[in-house]
Amino acid sequence: MAQQQPAIRMRNICKSFGSVQANHNMNLDVYRGEILALLGENGSGKTTLMNMLSGIYYPDSGTIEIDGKRVNISSPKDSFDYGIGMIHQHFKLVNVFTAAENIVLGVKEKGKFNIDAAVERIKEICDTYGFDVDPYQKIYDMSVSQKQTVEIVKQLYRGAEILILDEPTAVLTPQETDKLFAVLRNMRANNKAVVIITHKLNEVENISDRVVVLRKGEYVGEMITSETTQQEMTNMMVGRQISLNIERPDPEMKYRMKRIVVKNLTVKNREGVTKLDDVSFDAWTGEILGIAGISGSGQKELLEAIAGLQPVESGSIEYMVDVDEPVQLIGMDPVKIADMGVALSFVPEDRLGMGLVGSMGVTDNMMLRSFRNGPTPFTDRKDPKHLAEVVVDELEVDTPGIATPVRRLSGGNVQKVLVGREIASAPTVLLSAYAVRGLDVNSSYLIYDLLNMQKGNGVAVVYVGEDLDVLVELCDRILVLCGGKVSGIVDGRKTDKNEVGLMMTKLGGGEAQ
Amino acid sequence: MFSFLVSFIPRAVVQSIPLLFGSTGEIVSEKSGNLNLGIPGVMYVGGICGVIGAFFYEHSAGGELNPALGIGIPLLCCLVGSLLMGLLYCFLTVNLRANQNVTGLAMTTFGVGFGNFFGGSLIKLVGAEIPTISLSATSHLYRTKLPFAEGLGWFGQIFFSYGFLAYVAIIIAVAASYMLNHTRAGLQLRAVGEDPATADAAGIGITRYKYLATCSGCMIAGLGGLYYVMDYANGIWANDAFGDRGWLAIALVIFTIWRPNVSIFASILFGGLYILYIFIPTGTDLAVKELYKMLPYVVTIVVLVISSLRNKRENQPPEHLGLPYFREDR
Repeated sequence: MAQQQPAIRMRNICKSFGSVQANHNMNLDVYRGEILALLGENGSGKTTLMNMLSGIYYPDSGTIEIDGKRVNISSPKDSFDYGIGMIHQHFKLVNVFTAAENIVLGVKEKGKFNIDAAVERIKEICDTYGFDVDPYQKIYDMSVSQKQTVEIVKQLYRGAEILILDEPTAVLTPQETDKLFAVLRNMRANNKAVVIITHKLNEVENISDRVVVLRKGEYVGEMITSETTQQEMTNMMVGRQISLNIERPDPEMKYRMKRIVVKNLTVKNREGVTKLDDVSFDAWTGEILGIAGISGSGQKELLEAIAGLQPVESGSIEYMVDVDEPVQLIGMDPVKIADMGVALSFVPEDRLGMGLVGSMGVTDNMMLRSFRNGPTPFTDRKDPKHLAEVVVDELEVDTPGIATPVRRLSGGNVQKVLVGREIASAPTVLLSAYAVRGLDVNSSYLIYDLLNMQKGNGVAVVYVGEDLDVLVELCDRILVLCGGKVSGIVDGRKTDKNEVGLMMTKLGGGEAQ
Repeated sequence: MFSFLVSFIPRAVVQSIPLLFGSTGEIVSEKSGNLNLGIPGVMYVGGICGVIGAFFYEHSAGGELNPALGIGIPLLCCLVGSLLMGLLYCFLTVNLRANQNVTGLAMTTFGVGFGNFFGGSLIKLVGAEIPTISLSATSHLYRTKLPFAEGLGWFGQIFFSYGFLAYVAIIIAVAASYMLNHTRAGLQLRAVGEDPATADAAGIGITRYKYLATCSGCMIAGLGGLYYVMDYANGIWANDAFGDRGWLAIALVIFTIWRPNVSIFASILFGGLYILYIFIPTGTDLAVKELYKMLPYVVTIVVLVISSLRNKRENQPPEHLGLPYFREDR
């Protein structure tokens, strides 16, 4: 392989955003007929580096060679002309178009515009690689994995020789991931170059031939995947030894009581689809209750119902002020619920969509919780400012200053701000969803520590997660949702990943994807 | 009843042509994601530029007008004037990423003022008794009907009794509709308006498409102003006479759910509603007349309610309408 001409050769690439250096003297070689994994923590510059190949960003300095020729990629169009196709984390698809319309978008073809001819070619590609795509289906009718398939077909249709995938598995179920990997191997067999950006080590081991590790915008090193271990990769990635074990202190037994009692909860969404079906469980003080399930199984609705944001069809949600003093939360004003100490730190898919205002700074976002305090109509800025400083300091939020709009921060840092604020309000119930989504290893542990600290303080923590390894190691009990139903509640200390995984797909397997 | 229709429909149609120009132009612009609220102003500018061109040509040529120049000069002036407005709007919103609503509204204010200012100047130049400019010679050229129209009775009255710009409006609307739905350029233009990041990643030149669509949209809309002065108003420019037709054109965009071909019929409906009060005996009660003038807007609101209730994704405005696009935005 060493003698072979690399499909892509990047040398000394630098790119800065304002004062933040996203890439510094980055080097990368990609060969045909291999799958390269680009591994790194959040903000290590993986996506930035690849965006310079796809023409979204333009490097400040450095050189790019494609098949040995020095090239200048100044727009996505140039990138296509060199046969580079990138599948972004957020799909680049037009919702109201059909799959076929999206696939032919931007393709320069001679002659009359003929969508039917394009459909024929799309079908050919699907047959070759084993995709299942309906060319006439509208994108907004598609599931996430279907959309991803359309993206891949699109790149192949355009004749991409080099395929870049940015965290392609983040939104897929395990089965869908397997399917995707099979396709990628298929492409490798067709002598295409594949680059996959990820921070999941098991995927690196599973799919890649070679792995390149980045850290803080710099190239750290590369390894042949088969000759390395997860431990070694982690060490390179984080730069120092970190424990892979998540701490799990025993629940504080002193004041142990039920805090939230949910009985026969049924919730329908606006379209009338049942999202939660007869759900019953308790959340205890001083424990972490994990909620597992394939995404969209009703996790969001469950948390929102408790926080008073979701209309409830039937059932009851009781908040136990004391052992025998229940308060019905259903029908209560969300503000009152929050005043009782129920904190919702919900991290939606786009991180900024809920809880934080993108164009406001850290301080102002802290004020979103406290602006009602005080007798006068004037707000108090001193305490929120102090809180912002504490959060930025303690959670190591990487920001130019607390006045910088949070929209400008990287995803992980946005998350830290959100979780930090919720914890600072000293809640009695902490509802968190996907609190570590997209976070790197270090920041994730920081969040786990924070959650454990809350647990030690007697807070009832509800942790909706997606990584089963984490759920099994972190949580005291795990509630498994499947298609809106409870398929079981297991003891985190006695269960294992396989058991939970099985329960996640047990009910209504058809809906599970 | 029949004779009523024969007299009503042609009047509704001449009323509708400026609206059709305006709405087609606005649809093309909005499909690129540019919510151009400057269209009413652009139509004013198109109108006054045509008037200025015609005015000076008529005055320099004396009595006899060369038909080609008599039509060509005002047409060219109108197109150049509206193009400049389009370029200004694009420069502000695409290059400088100014807020589209504010820019558009400012341009409407500017366009109306521009029209009235130069209209006023010309009126001063001729020193007329009534504050208007009459360009009857040019208007005569614009109003030339097809020669066989007279011989066809009511059929000719309804279909062939208009100046050439009316047919141009319909041809442009049909062409725009075909372009949007059946050509590669149309698909890419719609992609730019729906999701510019996607279009950009697909290698489509966002800035180019936005400029082209908005500027040609403005030029189409400007023709509406020209048609109004030269054909509908018999070549008489009076300040503020164009009225709120520009806003009606924008309402028409929503009414037709962004479809220029539907706009052909919808604009006639709007034109009809707009002048309905003349045909309905309301006596001297002016208030009732004003209520009738409301009808086009009421219909628009009803359509908005219905299309929102149906909640069909295809009937929504372009997703990125009114928002600026910057590739490296995070």
